[in-house]
Amino acid sequence: MDEAYVEPEAEEYAPREHLRAWLADPQGRDQYVVYRGEDVEIFWHGKPSQCELAYKPDWRDFLYVSWSPLGTYIATLHRQGVRLWGGPSWKPQQRFAHPLVKLIDFSPCENYLITWSNEAIVVPEGKPQGPQYFSPEDEGDNLAVWDIKSGHLLRTFSTNAVEGPAGKRQMQWPALKWSPDDKFVARVTPGQMISVHELPSMFLHGKKSLKIEGVVDFEWCSLSDKDRDEAEKAASVGAGSKIAKKDPENMIAYWTPEVANQPARVTLLSFPSRTILRQKNLFNVSECKLYWQNQGDFLCVKVDRHTKTKKSIFCNLEIFRVREKDFPVEVVELKDTVTDFSWEPKGERFAIVSTNDPNLGNPGPGITIKTDVSFYQLDRVKNDFKLLKTLPNRTSNAIRWSPRGRFVVLATVGSSTKSELEFWDLDFTLEDRRDGQVVKEEWGSTISRLGVADHYGVTDVEWDPSGRYLATSASAWTHTLENGYALWDFRGQNLLKQIQDRFKQFLWRPRPRTLLSKEQQKQIRKNLKEFSRVFEEEDQKENETVNTELFALRRRLVDEWNAWRARSKKELAEDKGQDHAKEKQSEEDKEEIEVWVEEIIEQIEEEVE
Amino acid sequence: MVTTELFGLLMLTVSPASFFPYVQKKIKRHPIAESRFMISGSADNQLRLWNVANGKCLYTWEFPTAVKRVAFSEDDKQVVCITEQRMGHQCAIRVFNINRSGDGTKQSKEPDHMFNPIGSKANVCAFTAQPGVIVTGHESGKVALFNYKTGEEIDNNERAHGDVVTDLQMSPDRTYCITSSKDKSARIHDTKTLDVIKTFTTETPLNSAAIAPDKPYVLLGGGQEAMSVTTTSLRQGKFETRFWHKVFEEEVGRVKGHFGPINTIAVHPKGISYSSGGEDGFVRVHHYDDSYFKTEPYGDLQIDT
Repeated sequence: MDEAYVEPEAEEYAPREHLRAWLADPQGRDQYVVYRGEDVEIFWHGKPSQCELAYKPDWRDFLYVSWSPLGTYIATLHRQGVRLWGGPSWKPQQRFAHPLVKLIDFSPCENYLITWSNEAIVVPEGKPQGPQYFSPEDEGDNLAVWDIKSGHLLRTFSTNAVEGPAGKRQMQWPALKWSPDDKFVARVTPGQMISVHELPSMFLHGKKSLKIEGVVDFEWCSLSDKDRDEAEKAASVGAGSKIAKKDPENMIAYWTPEVANQPARVTLLSFPSRTILRQKNLFNVSECKLYWQNQGDFLCVKVDRHTKTKKSIFCNLEIFRVREKDFPVEVVELKDTVTDFSWEPKGERFAIVSTNDPNLGNPGPGITIKTDVSFYQLDRVKNDFKLLKTLPNRTSNAIRWSPRGRFVVLATVGSSTKSELEFWDLDFTLEDRRDGQVVKEEWGSTISRLGVADHYGVTDVEWDPSGRYLATSASAWTHTLENGYALWDFRGQNLLKQIQDRFKQFLWRPRPRTLLSKEQQKQIRKNLKEFSRVFEEEDQKENETVNTELFALRRRLVDEWNAWRARSKKELAEDKGQDHAKEKQSEEDKEEIEVWVEEIIEQIEEEVE
Repeated sequence: MVTTELFGLLMLTVSPASFFPYVQKKIKRHPIAESRFMISGSADNQLRLWNVANGKCLYTWEFPTAVKRVAFSEDDKQVVCITEQRMGHQCAIRVFNINRSGDGTKQSKEPDHMFNPIGSKANVCAFTAQPGVIVTGHESGKVALFNYKTGEEIDNNERAHGDVVTDLQMSPDRTYCITSSKDKSARIHDTKTLDVIKTFTTETPLNSAAIAPDKPYVLLGGGQEAMSVTTTSLRQGKFETRFWHKVFEEEVGRVKGHFGPINTIAVHPKGISYSSGGEDGFVRVHHYDDSYFKTEPYGDLQIDT
């Protein structure tokens, strides 16, 4: 090595590309990625004439692709680790050297990334060293947390796999759960504790975990748009002024099962103050699932309960109204098993799939579970959740709300015989719904089915971020029958269908939150007619050009065809001319006589008495 | 009508114009054709001539190998047949003159013309509008014109198809023809120049293609190969008859029904119905609805037949 100090050359500053450039598309289109065979393609999706290939990368040898939650990056999982790509040129943006990585999870604000591999980390001699690489202390772990901007490794963990019922080692994924503001990441050690780590230091918060005997699972409360607005405002102001309003607290919901004489319990905990906000005791519980509404207004705990004899299972929905004083809880009691639950985004409604099919739990070939789908809505007058409508005798097993609410698709996924898609509108008769207006329609009368469709072998159903389009796909990872994808509008009209061998993955590119303030959005909604006029004119013009072009093309094809026909007919007549001249002579002498020939083919005589 | 069992039947065809003699008289297009006879070729190495009205066999020719294809000439005075290349025998094309006088039982044993096409063996053939010329489709995907009197290959298109040509049917005036192929496409060829006029690309191998008279459609049939049918689902097999617009090269509709690949499609000479035969063992006879004749899905563009 050279002993003399050589001053490193100053790297010239190269401005980074704008990573959100795709949002500036003048036509306001969304993007999606398609992974088929060994090829990845990224498309624009908009009006029929605006759908086109955006980029065809030459990424090779990876497991699958994944967008970051705000759409800034796209990740590919290679043998050597994870790569992030982005910007208008789709250049490599970052990489994380985690060999044999199998699963990844972005933090909600795209600051951090968690990677996991089933193989424990090994650091061989002579491997590159530095903050971006594993060091010998990390050996034996499976889970790594990275800072996306710097690419630095923050910390590694070993995963604690839970012994499943069949002795199978089951791992929860995501193994670490992010608070919605990227400030904390927490993981549960089942039966013992929840450990919350602070970001970016990754130190255990308060140097101790939350010891909760028996804890099974927990979920962070989602942030509402209002919370986020305030947080952003505080961040921009907070730097200067030192008044520093107390940081808004996060909230965790967790549950513990029945132990000895203790009832099962759901707890709402404020964090980081660690104060218990609300507890609810439950009895005869076999399983709980926690569902936060995406604005954090409601928490639904789906409680699978058993009768005293433990023979049959039924279901309670315990709904916490989080925004109200003392967190009132309401119970919706159901006789059937609930297999899927989903909140309407930003809404006061939810949908459930329930079933009393005896085949539930015995999956077999050709068995499609019969289900009922029900919608519930918060009754503003009585302040409780009431049934809106039940759709009986379905096979639907997946609920997909439009990200903007109101529209919902019910799908039968993963069945070899049924693959129906139903498109519903929950506010069909409300023409101009205004915010805050009290609904006076008859209860449940505004629900209407917009369309039914079918996508054979469908495995995935996903709305685009704008809630205007739905994508369904049949992935070769699940089966090999009619792989491919289809695009629909929110009414269930098919826009595109691609059947492709070895089709694997379809993903819409997510969008970040809108930059418009509440007032600006209100303004747009108010003057929608003004704004839409421009678009309508555009549409009409485009329609006309498409029609005239198509018509001209057909005209041309017909003209070419007719010209060719005329030519060959003329040639035919000329060729036959000589023959005809001879024949004509003799034909003119002939007389045309029409003769009906009747021939008896078979005759059967029967005696009739 | 007498029914006769035909062992290993490969191909049969009724002489042009129509299937029944009394219908024929109203059609002036073929003033000379009589439609009295039917010709059949079979894997039992026989070519047979039949009386359409009563189903009686009038004459039998014997060959060393199976008969793969038979076709009448436009005036139904001649028959062409292709015999298989097998057991040291070459693929042969023979043209017979049919003696239509009397009851049709007196036929000459020997063909009028016979030749062996060189190169890839011929699968399908038909008489063209030009006298003395037949058009053939070959295993290599070639489409060719032969002078059957001399056996000379007049013209060919080696790359008409990428795989076996499975069917060849003539337009009413025989100036163009449609071929289907295992390469999943069907094509319309000019039978004088062998230019490819139109191409119809589908997603499964095709076994048959037919031209609808009076309407600008072609009918395509096929489906997943018979050998791989058991491993694929019914919906994936695509055992439907597909209707394509012959000028715009767009699919306009499908008719379901078969649960095995379609082997052959024939359109009624008057265009009022069509029939399809499938590997599932069914012959399906379809009559068109009124709407088929009335609707003009592409407006009032005049398209010559």
